[in-house]
Amino acid sequence: MSDQPVSLSGIGVCAGIAAGPLLRIAAVPALPPPTPVADTAAEVERAHAALAEVVADLERRADRASDSTIEGVLRAEAMMADDEMLRDGVREHVEAGQDAAHAIDAAFGSFREAFEAAGGYLAERVADLDDLRDRAVAVLLGLPMPGVPQPGHRYVLAARDLAPADTADLDPEQVVALVTEVGGPTSHTAILARALGLPAVVACPGVLDLAEGTLVLVDGAAGRVDAGIDEATAETARQGAVQAAAAVSGHTGPGQTADGYAVKLFANVGSAKNVPGADEVHAEGIGLFRTELLFLDRVQEPTLAEQVTAYREVFTAMAGRRVVIRTLDAGADKPLPFLNQEGEPNPALGVRGLRVARRRPQVLTTQLAAIAEARSATGADVWVMAPMVSTVAEATAFAAAVRDAGLPKAGVMIEVPAAALRAADLLKVVDFLSIGTNDLSQYTFAADRMCGDLADLLDPWQPALLQLIGVCGAAGRAVGKPVGVCGEAAADPALAPVLVGLGVTSLSMSPRALPAVRASLAGHTEGECRRLAELAVAAPDPAQARKLVT
Amino acid sequence: MPTRTVAVGSASGLHARPAKLFVEAAAAAPVKVTIRVGDRKPVPAKSMLSVLALGAKQGTEVTLEADGDGADEALDGLAALLARDLDAEETSDV
Repeated sequence: MSDQPVSLSGIGVCAGIAAGPLLRIAAVPALPPPTPVADTAAEVERAHAALAEVVADLERRADRASDSTIEGVLRAEAMMADDEMLRDGVREHVEAGQDAAHAIDAAFGSFREAFEAAGGYLAERVADLDDLRDRAVAVLLGLPMPGVPQPGHRYVLAARDLAPADTADLDPEQVVALVTEVGGPTSHTAILARALGLPAVVACPGVLDLAEGTLVLVDGAAGRVDAGIDEATAETARQGAVQAAAAVSGHTGPGQTADGYAVKLFANVGSAKNVPGADEVHAEGIGLFRTELLFLDRVQEPTLAEQVTAYREVFTAMAGRRVVIRTLDAGADKPLPFLNQEGEPNPALGVRGLRVARRRPQVLTTQLAAIAEARSATGADVWVMAPMVSTVAEATAFAAAVRDAGLPKAGVMIEVPAAALRAADLLKVVDFLSIGTNDLSQYTFAADRMCGDLADLLDPWQPALLQLIGVCGAAGRAVGKPVGVCGEAAADPALAPVLVGLGVTSLSMSPRALPAVRASLAGHTEGECRRLAELAVAAPDPAQARKLVT
Repeated sequence: MPTRTVAVGSASGLHARPAKLFVEAAAAAPVKVTIRVGDRKPVPAKSMLSVLALGAKQGTEVTLEADGDGADEALDGLAALLARDLDAEETSDV
């Protein structure tokens, strides 16, 4: 291999080791300079064939899609590309003297203008039109279609950053690790990696300078990417990963430290569909049941009966176990059409989470009534918590509403520094706390979760964040009430002992992350956890904190 | 030529899923159907891009036209589909 060995470093966001050739997301092709057309009919044929290939490719991907939402998106795109008016437009532009690529660009262009002029929903679909045009142009130029490669073998995916749309194309059978040039611990790349259990390194400058196909070794715990390794090293890494996975899955049963101190290990779910994944890893319950799924893309609020059905499915599946259900967390990155939240100058600091109840109290009371009805006769141990709570007064009102609905346990999420600082007072009015580390990072460091340039501030090992978690943990210990973590930080095996040492009594995460966290806890005594927590909080920065602990 | 004028019933307008259902139904019709808003240029009802580009919202009146055998039946069916709130039916038929 002619590549010089180089080692790149970034932020490891999902532990694990994997090796494979590095392939990047194919770039959007530039329109070539215009060429004169000799044979008009043949050029029309060429352009139509390119569109047909785009449609066929989308249909193939739709056939392979395991998720029905993704399949629907792909079929809708295929329908937009398979359009007689589009083909007529292309023909007219070729007949007017343009080559196939420019005729396709112009034909999409007229719809693009109409979509932009219409505004709203259609203006958002302009990106779909551009994507279809780029795909057709790539076919004409003999280039790979833009997006995630589908080479049919295992590889390491490299990108500047991954967008939610890319996740539709990401085949976990082919992609063995993710490396991005930008991004942070709470970026989409990180969330996706943990959901799929893929080793991942983000904020890794230089990764896009590596030649396509370079063999690389990705260490998602250390945040390191070694390029220019030989095949033997890659194979050793693969064997090691298999053995590590086997060792981790050897641990089952309830979460506990080496000396038997119990730490509940829960799964995060969005619907009953995720429950089998939680059972597979022996989750002790659900630590975060997100209820947004039912509300997304809805012009009207789902009815009480609809909500009861959706919640009961999860409660029934979890009979005899804990389910912590979170009331609607709308706003900011998850606006819901029926709430009419458009026009907030700064949505992350606006009317979101429990704050929606200030304007629309009925949404909350209906949801609590639905939870109470769904719970009856299922045998699940249902706890209810509110997102985005800042004050004791808000927590008091929420707890009263939960009890009015006839539900036994009320808690609040700790996502705002104000709430963390008053954890002891909050525990006077609620039964438990659950720390959402993603938002708590964002609000503590005044750093947008989606802003890749600020990724270092959103590192869950930031000592200031750990200190705030410690305030909550200490408050819980003082009165013997549970304090959980349900953000991405809970999925980091190295951080788990630190969180337990800070007083956290349960960790809730993507099911894929659970076995490694369970194994990590089993390797430390409770006393060690407390010592590691002290070291991490006292560290000057995240890198030092990691070094001291691991 | 047989025509039908109907107000779009879907809460989100003639977009997304309602548009998909309408375009699929129009493509399955035995006759060529056009759709227009007011006196704007009629466009083929089986062209997804053209239907989307109408920008029809809930309550927008659209006019369907078709000619030939079965035109009336096809238009009745398509007009009835447009008048329904297809968003509200989302959960009942999936």
